[in-house]
Amino acid sequence: MSLKEKVQAVIGGDLVELTDFRGDLCAEVPKGRCLQVLTRLKEEGGFDFLSDVIGMDNLHLYEKKKQKKGKKAEEETKPEKQGPPPPRFEVIYLLLSLETGERLQIRVRVPEDDLELPTITGLWRAADWPEREVFDMFGIRFKGHPNLRRLLMWDEFQDHPLRKDYPLEGKGEERHLNYDIG
Amino acid sequence: MDLSLNGEGGNSVTKQVETICITTGPIEYSEYVTLNIGPIHPAMHGTLRVITRTDGETIISAKPEIGYLHRGVEKLGENMSYAQFLPITDRLNYCSAICNNVAYEMAVEKLLGIEVPPKAQLIRMIMMELARIADHQVCVGILGVDLGALTPFFYLIIQREEIYEIFEWHHGARLTNSMGAIGGVEADLPDRFHEKWPKLRNTIRKANDETDRLLTHNRIWMDRTIGVNAFCADDALNWGFTGPMLRACGVGRDLRKDEPYLMYDKIKFDIPTGKHGDVFDRYMVRMLEMEESVKIIDQAYQLYKEFPDDAPLMKKVPKIIRPPEGQIYHAIESPNGELGFFIKSDGSDKPYRIKIRPPCYMVYQAFEDLVKGEMISDLIACLSSINVIAGELDR
Repeated sequence: MSLKEKVQAVIGGDLVELTDFRGDLCAEVPKGRCLQVLTRLKEEGGFDFLSDVIGMDNLHLYEKKKQKKGKKAEEETKPEKQGPPPPRFEVIYLLLSLETGERLQIRVRVPEDDLELPTITGLWRAADWPEREVFDMFGIRFKGHPNLRRLLMWDEFQDHPLRKDYPLEGKGEERHLNYDIG
Repeated sequence: MDLSLNGEGGNSVTKQVETICITTGPIEYSEYVTLNIGPIHPAMHGTLRVITRTDGETIISAKPEIGYLHRGVEKLGENMSYAQFLPITDRLNYCSAICNNVAYEMAVEKLLGIEVPPKAQLIRMIMMELARIADHQVCVGILGVDLGALTPFFYLIIQREEIYEIFEWHHGARLTNSMGAIGGVEADLPDRFHEKWPKLRNTIRKANDETDRLLTHNRIWMDRTIGVNAFCADDALNWGFTGPMLRACGVGRDLRKDEPYLMYDKIKFDIPTGKHGDVFDRYMVRMLEMEESVKIIDQAYQLYKEFPDDAPLMKKVPKIIRPPEGQIYHAIESPNGELGFFIKSDGSDKPYRIKIRPPCYMVYQAFEDLVKGEMISDLIACLSSINVIAGELDR
């Protein structure tokens, strides 16, 4: 049984989309079913090792695509249907099967108005710091995480620096650090 | 003290007893001492900070604080072209910069869907294994220094300097190497390498042998390392351990064997494993891995000599790299474990998102579990044996 069939069999009806790029399989699952799917993949699918949890901000990604498509549509003079834009954020879980050495990416889309996901620290303790980092860098909260504090930035920091609308040079926060002196 | 139970006197006694109860109530907590170690401390490699609570010298809890060396490497990568990001990867694990370079190059090559010429693959392998030896030499040497054994450090560091000389001949830098380019390597092995390696392999092994004779069966060394921070394999896998830390727990997982890249599948080598996951096993795994690396370089050099001098070293890659849309993850076995690069491309000349999976990040998050119940001096031993590199940890 190939990896694709195996993933389809394990995830079943919760699979939204399965993409294959250069041999890296990426399965998208709905946000509400994320924890159940990951539990099933761990217990039934044999994906027993968590490599990493990755956050991503797709703010400008779809705007660019729209522009490209818009130009094409003008050239071809074909009106295009436009559904609601995809959610802004996504979280990718990198799983690994120690037995077979197969890797799988699980993608969960997170809309901007509901930045909350269930934690998977109960399944893999390895998700502890990666989830804290995703919270730090993107502002996505993980419900039930034992210690959801900022990891790399300092606690008083207000923004989420890896979001695409945060400027590269920062907003000058380091110049306004408040020290209690005297 | 007036112990009469009549009138105001009685009240004052009960009040006194109450106040004593209040102050003595949480006394078992107040006996713990909070001890802050780092971020600037000679034994805390780089800028690491641990806030410990101790009962006497026994550690009750240890909370690592990271981020003191956070430079926003991932954010920088989103605003640079693919080739510009290569020198920044040196600054992750500066003890074995070449492994970081090659890991990044291979990730971009996977994104582009190209394969580098075989001679370039062998040069990368030889350089990476030299970097692995150098990294392990630093780790073992510093572990000795932190436990009070200064001599082996010099035996090992002298050999590391010789390795750095080869790096300098090849691409001009010693520490932050920036070796290779996307699509291959820029230069053939230097001419002096052919004379240097047969001598160097013997001196590296001699230095290892001397270190082994000084440390391994040394009574003090054994007392300080055997059984310290022992960790079981199931916990290690749950915490996401990779590399020597995982192999010391008895799991023989090595990406060079399990997911062979470059030409590792043509080379015979063993994966040394430990049993108990303690500091001694980590030390032994690293010592044996250096021997295996010498074997790998010997075999790779034999394969390398079969190629003519003018064999191609670079695959043709466009000057401005614009990979197709898509996302990939590629991992290699760096000296510390699985070093992965996740790159998402949106079809432009800059990566849309770069995520680095540093190996010691996953190990260091289990630090509290590793050191709980040990002594403070064992915390230092544990930290040295993990080989936490702040540049890689904080990115």
